[in-house]
Amino acid sequence: MSGKIVVGYDGSAAGRRALDFALARAKAQGASVLIAHVLEWSPYSFLTPEELEERHVRRKDEMKRAETSVIMPVVEKLKDSGVELETVIKYGHIAEKLSEIATEAGAMQLVVGRDGQGSLVSRVFGSVAGTLVQITTVPTTIVP
Amino acid sequence: MQTYIRAALAAYLLSALPASAQGIDATINQAFADYTGWYVSFIFAPIPGTTFSWIAMWLVVAALIFTFYFGFIQFKGFVHSIKLVKGDYSDPNDAGEVSHFQALATALSGTVGLGNIAGVAVAVGIGGPGATFWMVVAGLFGMATKFTECTLGVKYRNEYPDGTVSGGPMYYMVKGFKERGLPGGGFMAIVFSVFTILGALGGGNMFQSNQAHAQIANVFGDFPGYITGIILALITFAVIVGGLKSIASVTEKIVPFMGIFYVLVSVIILIMNSDQIMWAFGQIFMGAFTGLGVLGGFTGALIQGFRRAAFSNEAGIGSAAIAHSAVRTKEPVTEGYVALLEPFIDTVVICTMTALVIVITGVLNQDPETGLYIWNAELGRIQTDGAVSGVALTSAAYAREFAWFPILLMIAVVMFAFSTMISWSYYGLKAWTYLFGEGKAKETTFKVIFCLFIIIGASANLGPVIDFSDAMLFSMSIVNIIALYLLMPIVKAELNSYVRRLKSGEIKKFV
Repeated sequence: MSGKIVVGYDGSAAGRRALDFALARAKAQGASVLIAHVLEWSPYSFLTPEELEERHVRRKDEMKRAETSVIMPVVEKLKDSGVELETVIKYGHIAEKLSEIATEAGAMQLVVGRDGQGSLVSRVFGSVAGTLVQITTVPTTIVP
Repeated sequence: MQTYIRAALAAYLLSALPASAQGIDATINQAFADYTGWYVSFIFAPIPGTTFSWIAMWLVVAALIFTFYFGFIQFKGFVHSIKLVKGDYSDPNDAGEVSHFQALATALSGTVGLGNIAGVAVAVGIGGPGATFWMVVAGLFGMATKFTECTLGVKYRNEYPDGTVSGGPMYYMVKGFKERGLPGGGFMAIVFSVFTILGALGGGNMFQSNQAHAQIANVFGDFPGYITGIILALITFAVIVGGLKSIASVTEKIVPFMGIFYVLVSVIILIMNSDQIMWAFGQIFMGAFTGLGVLGGFTGALIQGFRRAAFSNEAGIGSAAIAHSAVRTKEPVTEGYVALLEPFIDTVVICTMTALVIVITGVLNQDPETGLYIWNAELGRIQTDGAVSGVALTSAAYAREFAWFPILLMIAVVMFAFSTMISWSYYGLKAWTYLFGEGKAKETTFKVIFCLFIIIGASANLGPVIDFSDAMLFSMSIVNIIALYLLMPIVKAELNSYVRRLKSGEIKKFV
C-alpha cells in the first residue's frame, strides 16, 4: 500500500529519532515521508516599529536558514534511503500547524519526537507532543 | 548644520552646568518658553471673534468630512475591522509576515501612553468632566481620519529590493500627488518631515520624559528633572544608537499588558463606585453643554476635549500612517479598516476610563452648594486635592481607591513614556532620512539629538513643554490633512472596489 507519513522535524535529536521511526515504517509499508519543519510564530505577538519594518526580510532569512541548516542536510543524508521524500517549511503554532499539514496531506500517520522536558516547563508552556495528543485529527505517534 | 545644532546644544548644556541644580531646570525652562512661545500662540490662536482655536476646528472638521465622505465607515466597518485583526482574512501562507494585529499593536503602543493618563487629566482639570464627552465625540469621528491616512500609507509605501518598507505621509504626498497630477507634493512632504522631526522631539519625546519625571518625583519626592532625563536618555541611547534591541522588545511586550491592567484597575474602581456611575455620566453630559463652572463654559470643555483627543489618538497627525505601512497585505484598505480601531481603543476606551475615574473619585473640587467646580484662576484650572495636575492628578484619583497605585502608575508611566519615545524616534528618523537621505552618520546624528531632548524635556516644567508638543503635532496635521483632502478620492475608489469584491465573494475568508 502507499500512503504518506508526516514527520515533525526540527533538527534536534528527538526530531531525528522521530524521523528514523517514520522512515522504518515507510520502508515497511511502501509509504512516502513528508518532513515538516514549523517555525514558531504567532500573529498576535508584539513587535517594535523596527521589527515591523524588517519582518519581511527576516522571514526570508529564517526560511532560508531553515532550508539550508535543517532540511537540506537531512534530505542529502537520506537521498539513498529508497524512501520518497517531500519537505515543507511553515510558520505557525507548532502543534496546530503539524496537525494541519498532516490533515491536508491526507497522511496516514503523524510522527513527532519528544525531548522529555521537565514537567514544570511543559505544565507552564505546554509541549508540542502534549498539545498534539489533544488536537490531532490523524493517528499520531510520539517517539520518546 | 546638524553638527552645528549638536555643538550648540552641547555648549548650552555645559554652560548651564555650574549653576545650581534647580538653576539648570529654570534656565532650560525660560529658554524654552522664550524660543517657542510665539509659535505656540500662532497654532492655538482663536478664530477671530470666538474662543475656539482654529487648529482644533481644523481637525474636527476634517474628521467630520471624512466620516460623511466614507459613509460612516467607522460604524459600518467596525465588525469587519475586528475580523481583519483576528486574521479571518489573512492567507495562512503569509504566516510569519507582519499581521494586521501586529501593525495595530505597534501603532497603539506609540499612541497609548501619557496622552491617555496625563493628557486626559490636563483636559479634565481645565475643561471639567464635560471635556470627556467632547473627547469621545472627537475620538469617534477621528476614526474616519485614521482610516483615510493609513489606507494611503500602505498604498503609497516604498518597497525596497532588500524587502524593507518605508511609508507615511511623505510618500503619499509625493506619489499620490503625482498620480493625480497635482503640484506641490514634494514640497509638502518636506514641510511634513520637518514638522514630524519637531513633533518627534516634542510630543514624542519631551512631553513623555517630562511626565515620566513628574510621576517619579510624585512617588519619591522632588528632585531635579535632569537626573531622570539623563537616565532615560542613556537607556534610549543604548537602544536606538547602541542597537540594544532587547530593551525595546521587552518594553513592547510589557506595554500592552500594562494597558490592559490599567483598564482593568479602572473598571474595578468604577465597579467599587457603581452607585456613582450615573452621577458621573450626568456630570459629563451637563459639563459638556454648560461647562459646570469651568473657564469659557461649554467651549472651554469642548476645546479641551478636542485637543486631548487629537493629541492622544493622533488621528490626522500622520504618524500612524508611518507605523501601519509595514503590514503585509494586498489590499491597502484593509489596513485602513484596522487602523480605525486605534482611536476607538485609545480614546473611546482608555481615555474615557481615566476621565471617569477622575470624575467619580471626586478629586476635582466642587462647590457643595452650587454643584459647580471651583475654578482656581491663579493656576488656570479646577481646584483639586493637593492642587495637582497632569499625571499627578490621575495618580491622586486612583490613589483614593488603591494606595499602592501611584507606584504601579509610575512604572506604567515610565514604560509608556519609553515605548512612545521608541516609536517616535522611529517616526522622526523616517522623516529625517526622508530629508537628508539614509546613512549611518546621518541617522546617528538624529538619534543623538533625540536623546538630548529627553534631558531637556525632563527638566522643563509642564506648561511650555506641553504647549510646544501640541503645537508641533498639530503642525503635522495642517500639511497632512490638506494631502488627505486631495487624495481622498483615491481612497474612495479603493474602498468601493474592496467592498464590491468582498460582497461578490472574490475576497475570501480563510477561517
